Amino acid sequence: MMLAIGSLTALGVSLGAVLGAASRYLAVEVDPLESDLLDLLPGSQCGQCGFVGCGQAAAALAKGEAPVTLCGPGGKAVAEKLARRLGIHADLSKHQDQEPQVAIINEDLCIGCLRCFQECTTDAIVGAPKQLHTVITEHCHGCGKCTKTCPTGAVTMCPVPTTLNTWHWHKPVPKKGRHRATIGRRAVG
Amino acid sequence: MQDMVLLIVSAALVNNVVLARFLGLCSFMGVTTKVETAVGMGMATTFVITVSSMGDWAIETFLLEPHELGYLRTVTFILVIAAAVQFTEMLVRKVSPTMFRLLGIYLPLITTNCAVLGIALLLVEGKLSFIQSVVFAFASSLGYSLVMVLFAGLRQRLALAEVPTLIAGPPIGFITAGLLALAFMGFSGISTH
Amino acid sequence: MRLFSVRGGVHLDYRKDRTRNLGIVPLPMPALLYLPLTQHVGAAAEPVVVAGQVVRKGEVLATAQGAVSAPVHAPTSGRIKEITGHVSPHPSGLSQSTIVLESDGADAWGALPAGIEDPFAATGQEIARRVAEAGVVGLGGAAFPAAVKLNLRAGHTVDTLLINGAECEPYLTCDDRVMREYAGEVVDGARIMAHALGAARIVIAVEKNKPEAIKAIANAARPFATMAVAEVPVRYPMGSAHHLVKVITGRETPAHGRTASVGVLVHNVGTARAIHHAVRFGRPLISRVVTVSGGALKSGHNIEVPLGTLVRELIDFCGGMVAHADQVISGGPMMGHPLPSLEAPVVKGTCGILALTADETNVQPTGPCIRCGSCVEACPSGLVPLQLATLIQHEDIDGAAKLGVEDCISCGSCSYICPSHIPLMHYFDYANGRLRVLDRKRKHQEKLKTLAEARRQRLERQAAARAAAKAKSARPAAPPTASAQAQTQTQAQAQSKPVGNSAAAASVTGAPVTGLPVTTATETGAGP
Repeated sequence: MMLAIGSLTALGVSLGAVLGAASRYLAVEVDPLESDLLDLLPGSQCGQCGFVGCGQAAAALAKGEAPVTLCGPGGKAVAEKLARRLGIHADLSKHQDQEPQVAIINEDLCIGCLRCFQECTTDAIVGAPKQLHTVITEHCHGCGKCTKTCPTGAVTMCPVPTTLNTWHWHKPVPKKGRHRATIGRRAVG
Repeated sequence: MQDMVLLIVSAALVNNVVLARFLGLCSFMGVTTKVETAVGMGMATTFVITVSSMGDWAIETFLLEPHELGYLRTVTFILVIAAAVQFTEMLVRKVSPTMFRLLGIYLPLITTNCAVLGIALLLVEGKLSFIQSVVFAFASSLGYSLVMVLFAGLRQRLALAEVPTLIAGPPIGFITAGLLALAFMGFSGISTH
Repeated sequence: MRLFSVRGGVHLDYRKDRTRNLGIVPLPMPALLYLPLTQHVGAAAEPVVVAGQVVRKGEVLATAQGAVSAPVHAPTSGRIKEITGHVSPHPSGLSQSTIVLESDGADAWGALPAGIEDPFAATGQEIARRVAEAGVVGLGGAAFPAAVKLNLRAGHTVDTLLINGAECEPYLTCDDRVMREYAGEVVDGARIMAHALGAARIVIAVEKNKPEAIKAIANAARPFATMAVAEVPVRYPMGSAHHLVKVITGRETPAHGRTASVGVLVHNVGTARAIHHAVRFGRPLISRVVTVSGGALKSGHNIEVPLGTLVRELIDFCGGMVAHADQVISGGPMMGHPLPSLEAPVVKGTCGILALTADETNVQPTGPCIRCGSCVEACPSGLVPLQLATLIQHEDIDGAAKLGVEDCISCGSCSYICPSHIPLMHYFDYANGRLRVLDRKRKHQEKLKTLAEARRQRLERQAAARAAAKAKSARPAAPPTASAQAQTQTQAQAQSKPVGNSAAAASVTGAPVTGLPVTTATETGAGP
């Protein structure tokens, strides 16, 4: 009887001690979740997600306070990566990628007030006070903040045109119909 | 030497833990959606089974048998297994946080995996020597890992195939597991004692 | 010559008999020629002519832009009608900037740069320069600027020049005829290229189904010891550069790599002929041989076509359509692409125009995949098309990339052999297109990150300069902590609007405020 109790107690205590020592030795430092999430986000600080910058969006994601689909410009690709890093399953089958857009300035309406320039998070707008402003298209990431501050409505968003370089094949839609056997009656194509 | 080989083949293939003895089916169905997770689970379980079997053999030989404390067997074995799993959890978390996240709840569930307790009880029942016990435990867990990886590969392919909605998901998984078990029955043709 | 084996490939019904014995005929000069500015891989050429300008044959109409580009020359004399958008011979149907030339009927040559007297005494760079000036691009269909390939000598040791006369696509016979009728020019061009590259060995590869071409080339090449003719087996896609290199030399080009990295360079027979003209006579690339064929046409021909001829005019030259054309294809039936319109022009990369009937295209409904594995046997790149297609159907593009979809050469052997008529190659084209888009997006986002960071630093710098100026003007003996405090404050606010537009404007003394780092008078002023 005593042996049973004693041995079981001893076993429990010794195993507990081993685990205690192991937990100290194998302690894990702070999980770099937030910095990993920040790396995955576009980093253009556009504010479309509702947070001031990508850093705050990453913090909210780490706490689980924001959905992985928060980043519009990042689209489905970024949402998938965020979900993978967070280890959660996100149903993105219905997710539509935002049509990429760029800002253009209508030269006739621009009064050179510099307000859009202050807003642009990637300095894609160039211009001087009282002088014409224009957008460097390659630097514009389509957040739309400039359109909101323009007093004359000179800045508008328009979709990025497809060029020969950016065009790509669409997903093939298999032809439906009764399948005929054609073994022995081959043709090219 | 030949005994060892026979022991390994018997433990891993002929009397496969999952497909012949039908132990450990919870993790078998739960972790095999992706091959990476199955590999990680296999490795973790191998470690737990081997370590806890050694501990269990020691307890059986030096404590339970000489003092006829057989009624304490289940309790003490589970104690050792639980400690081993806790240790494995800490180890996995340290070595690979990704794997830790991927395995999720199934890592602590190794404690309740009947395969682990089953193997320990089997080697005690078989009255094997220490070396034999270790080999038996290691080979059984290798068989477990093998089947996990095979099944995970099959399930990954099934996920992409055009399965009728009626049996898509777990049902077709079980049917495939059954077919896999039938296939492994072929090993029983190898005569081992 | 000892040949090595290659994996995969399919045996096709070649249907070359329609045109293979017809000599090359010249096309009567059309009234209008449409010359797109991008007829090659690389940056578009910039026009140097304006509407209304009179030009002579061979005159430069647009100059190359950058290292990978090619100029455009006038195929005939005449007047520039306009430079406008016109449908391009591209499956997208998009229009591109096109120079429209109105022929004056005189076909008068302008002044050409003098040819090199003895190309074998000239340097490789000199030859490459002439080739670039002449606007020669790969005439096998890839349209890669030939001069850039000749300059690869700088980075790689090329010991073998392979001249590709395989022409493995059905219907096409243009290379066959060029070899038969202009064997001497092809051989000369090949020798010039080998000299430019420093290649010791030249091999001209021709498929066994072209016995007359083999004989002609062998005759022309006989006097030259470094040249050999290789008869390669008839198997599609034997004309693929990587596979031809493997067959002739046994060397396998690494994935995502160039053949130059294994010491071999491949050029088409037509390109060799064009280089002969460019280097010996200074003649630019202004026409090419095109095979026009297909069941829907009255007759097929091999035509020497001036660049910029509309496809419609070629079809009319062949007697027009006698049956409904299910598809009009530019190139061959396996790797060519459908033309968006008959008003598209012939460009440097157009090898063939095929008007195929529904019987010939034989588009069948798609059945389920039966896992027969024929596609795996057929794939020359060693991929597993059935697995790749399943992944792509489920939109797992990353999974497909891991299985090597980027190594797909789009030959179409898998789609051809599939008994269920699954459009396998089209799935891979789609996946590769998506991967390119994602890659572009990723690069763009990295650039945006650096821009956002630069902006943050600019704001920091300006705020610090402002604070320093304020401290200096307000209290000359102010402790350093005040400006340091202001600095840390503005650092925290860097992400939002800077404090006070007027302050910013005032500190920037009239200099234009741009996104680039601003060096202003206030910045040069040091702290307190």
